[in-house]
Amino acid sequence: MARRDYLIGKMGISLLTLLFVLLLDFMLFRVLPGDPVRAVIGRNVRISADVQNSLRAQFGLDKPIFPDQFVDTLGQWARGNLGVSWSQRRPVSEILISKLWNTLLLIGLGQLFSIIFGVMLGLLAGWKRKTPFDIGALTFSLIAWATPTFWLGIILLVAGSAWFGLPTGGIVSPANIGKPLHTVLPDLIRHLILPTLTFTILYLGEYMLIMRSSILETLSEDYILTARAKGMSNFQVLMRHGLRNAMLPMVTIIALNLGFTVSGAIYIETVFSYDGLGNLVQTALVKQDYPLLQGAFLLLAVSVIVANMLADFLYTYLDPRVKAN
Amino acid sequence: MNEKPLLRVRGLTTEFATSEGAVARALEDVSFDVLPGKTVGLVGESGSGKTTTLMALMRLLPASGRITKGKVWFNDTNLLALSEHEMRDYRWKSMAIVFQGAMNALNPVMKVGDQIREAILLHDLMDRSAAEKRVRDLLEMVGIAPARRDQYPHQYSGGMRQRAMIAMALACAPDILFADEPTTALDVMIQAQILQLLKEIQKALGLAVVIVTHDLGVVAEVCDEVVVLYGGKVAEYGSVDRIYNHAQHPYTQRLLESFPDINNPSETLASIPGTPPRLTQLPPGCRFEPRCHVKINRCAEVSPPLLEVEPGHYVACILREGKEANFQ
Amino acid sequence: MSDHWKLFLRNLNEFWKAFRRNKLGLVGGFLILTALLAAIFAPALTPHSAVDIMRDSNGRALTFASPAMHSPLGTDDAGHDVWALLIYGARISLMVGFLAGFISMFVGSSLGIIAGYFGGAVDTLVMRVTDILMVIPDLPLMLVLVATIRQMDLKVSPLSVLILVIGLLYWTSAARLIRSQTLTIKERQFVARARAIGAGHWHIVRKHILPQLMPLIVTNTVLILSTAILIESGLAFLGLGDPTQPSWGTMLNFAFSRSAISNGAWWFYLPPGIAILWVSLGCILLGNVLEEMMNPRLAAHYLEGDKGMIAITDKETGL
Repeated sequence: MARRDYLIGKMGISLLTLLFVLLLDFMLFRVLPGDPVRAVIGRNVRISADVQNSLRAQFGLDKPIFPDQFVDTLGQWARGNLGVSWSQRRPVSEILISKLWNTLLLIGLGQLFSIIFGVMLGLLAGWKRKTPFDIGALTFSLIAWATPTFWLGIILLVAGSAWFGLPTGGIVSPANIGKPLHTVLPDLIRHLILPTLTFTILYLGEYMLIMRSSILETLSEDYILTARAKGMSNFQVLMRHGLRNAMLPMVTIIALNLGFTVSGAIYIETVFSYDGLGNLVQTALVKQDYPLLQGAFLLLAVSVIVANMLADFLYTYLDPRVKAN
Repeated sequence: MNEKPLLRVRGLTTEFATSEGAVARALEDVSFDVLPGKTVGLVGESGSGKTTTLMALMRLLPASGRITKGKVWFNDTNLLALSEHEMRDYRWKSMAIVFQGAMNALNPVMKVGDQIREAILLHDLMDRSAAEKRVRDLLEMVGIAPARRDQYPHQYSGGMRQRAMIAMALACAPDILFADEPTTALDVMIQAQILQLLKEIQKALGLAVVIVTHDLGVVAEVCDEVVVLYGGKVAEYGSVDRIYNHAQHPYTQRLLESFPDINNPSETLASIPGTPPRLTQLPPGCRFEPRCHVKINRCAEVSPPLLEVEPGHYVACILREGKEANFQ
Repeated sequence: MSDHWKLFLRNLNEFWKAFRRNKLGLVGGFLILTALLAAIFAPALTPHSAVDIMRDSNGRALTFASPAMHSPLGTDDAGHDVWALLIYGARISLMVGFLAGFISMFVGSSLGIIAGYFGGAVDTLVMRVTDILMVIPDLPLMLVLVATIRQMDLKVSPLSVLILVIGLLYWTSAARLIRSQTLTIKERQFVARARAIGAGHWHIVRKHILPQLMPLIVTNTVLILSTAILIESGLAFLGLGDPTQPSWGTMLNFAFSRSAISNGAWWFYLPPGIAILWVSLGCILLGNVLEEMMNPRLAAHYLEGDKGMIAITDKETGL
């Protein structure tokens, strides 16, 4: 019962956020100077006034902005029609989907490594508080926190290519483009090393800091003393009673962090010319390709909102207190 | 009284480093015995060292605490001479503890039954299915429906959590049960039930119990022997009968006066003026001297030794007569 | 009045005594202070300006010249002195970062106080807006906003757009924090008493709530400055800075897009990054130390302490 209320509340916020994003994206399109028809078909296409008017009617641009045009647009978006890219003359949705998997691969790997190592290091640092290990881990985290993402990428790019001969850009070598995946796998991995490393280093520090303070708080709870009184070793207490309780806030934070993860993807893909959504956003920005930019924003924002919703679901399973309280 | 004590605490002394860099003498020269099947009450105001004593016995003091002197004989083993690894075998199997306020003493994200079973499996006492059966038996013994083993602590009432905590403490059939203010956070009705439960269990299992409380009513009801602590030192130690009827230490006397008499409830309570000593600035003489109503000049200068005024009745007051305590 | 002043001085003195003991805080303060001084005294630190072009004796621009030759940090692709770019870039980076940070802190604190103090519908509204803003991925949102605003032909300088967009999007966590602290303070006795004797809302907020919030606000301002400076550098790196007023992020954008890397011109892409790190690390160190001074962390936890717990010197007698 309470769990349902909790989820309904969280869903409500998610839907509200979704609506806000849709409205914002729609409005941004409208405030651009010039004829909205241009915004739909591209600015360099020559058309007569007649054609322009018929297009205007066809796109419903002669109707009032609210609610008709907004509802129309939502309908279009729902059907996957996000307009046509000005610079590529292709449907935006088609372009986005072609890049989506590459970005998911990068973010997935980066998150996986940073969460695993961040949780482990944070756990150890909190447990062995004030030891040289803890102080070293803290220093590393603070520096990683203070380092601009793209600059770290540049440094790693230079160092990785100079010292280890790693590729500096792309997803596979030009010669391998279009070949079946299994034949290019080693090449793909070589290309993924540096971007993934950049990702991992940056988010590792943050997850470590959060995990550290979370485990410190958990280890000060009375049930930890109970567990020790039972005769458990410190390590057993840490793993059986500390870890799970300290992980609870991490779930929420990892979900909330997905937004920052997207930022990371934009910077890192730009630096490593990695063919994903982030690089696409940067290109759209440079080429002032608004339909593409706004389509990408829509996709990213909606993904993050949905991921947050999933995390809320997950949380109710992890914390029995939410389930029944 | 010829039975051999299960636990002999001798000269237990602890220190705490405070955040200001000072050293607090939390316990000084605390000695007492725990006999098999008997209940010892540790009584005193907050800060008198009751809980610290229990924690020192289990070697679970917080990081700022140190045991600087003393011996804790469990049968013939000095627990303070063991390695931490060896000590772990004694925890829960030889001596288990029930904490106050069991809400926080139970892990919120672990099923109650699993928390009980964990203790059994940890000490390799039986296999999984036997342990599972024992969990249900234990819950039944403390009056919880075995079906509720799969529930989480927040689904239990306060009294049930304390019962579950007791069931957990009994999981490994310990020789001694420590109970740290087991009834404090509960309402009066539940307090009585929990005390009743403790008494029944002690009788049924022949457990030795050390109960920490500031409630003299609890002491009168369940204890055989009483250790009165004041400012980290033993003020008086003896059988519950001696302490209640022939209290020798001015502090114990005052404590008893401030305790509401059930037979004579209209009588006004006498509270002890003054505050307990700060453990970082202990007076050189008797620790109770600043608040004492019968003090003489020498009390401020000499720290009173523990005197045996009657066999088995010890008092730390220079106004009393007896030979200096010599624990075996 | 003079009593207040004396009290303030004494508090400040006590604060300084406590602060001085913490090395990390001092390091943080040093990092921020040096960057500020460099920005303020930029003309004194370099003979060149950011637009001067270094030339050889034949009048040709020295492009990608390494540090040893003419200027302490070499030259960029067009022959500008990198040291001069860096020093003048500090002005832009710090100005944008600090202004954006102050705006977001001002907005966050105001909304937090309003939400916490008045509660009810206002509180719900503010908290819902924070919930919404916290979930939307910030960088894509800012990119879309900045790009669109620029396209709108408003008479606003690119840097002002950056300052406003950063400042108006990053107040959410501050608002939450200040709100919950305001709620705590509101519960206290003297606020209820002030209300009872008929003090106005503004008076209560100014006299009773704000002074107690100040330490929290200052600490968070310092922390938010680091975020603002990092965000500014990122947006500038992606090409949203003002090319005529290059900040450190803009320098990195130039270095990256004008092949400083393939030319091996490390003196072009290392210093701006170090400068950003310098300032943001300074803010983070200082902020963390201030935070720690405000709420000292837990002394120890339950898994510490078994080492050295038994400190019996004479094991044999135990006495």
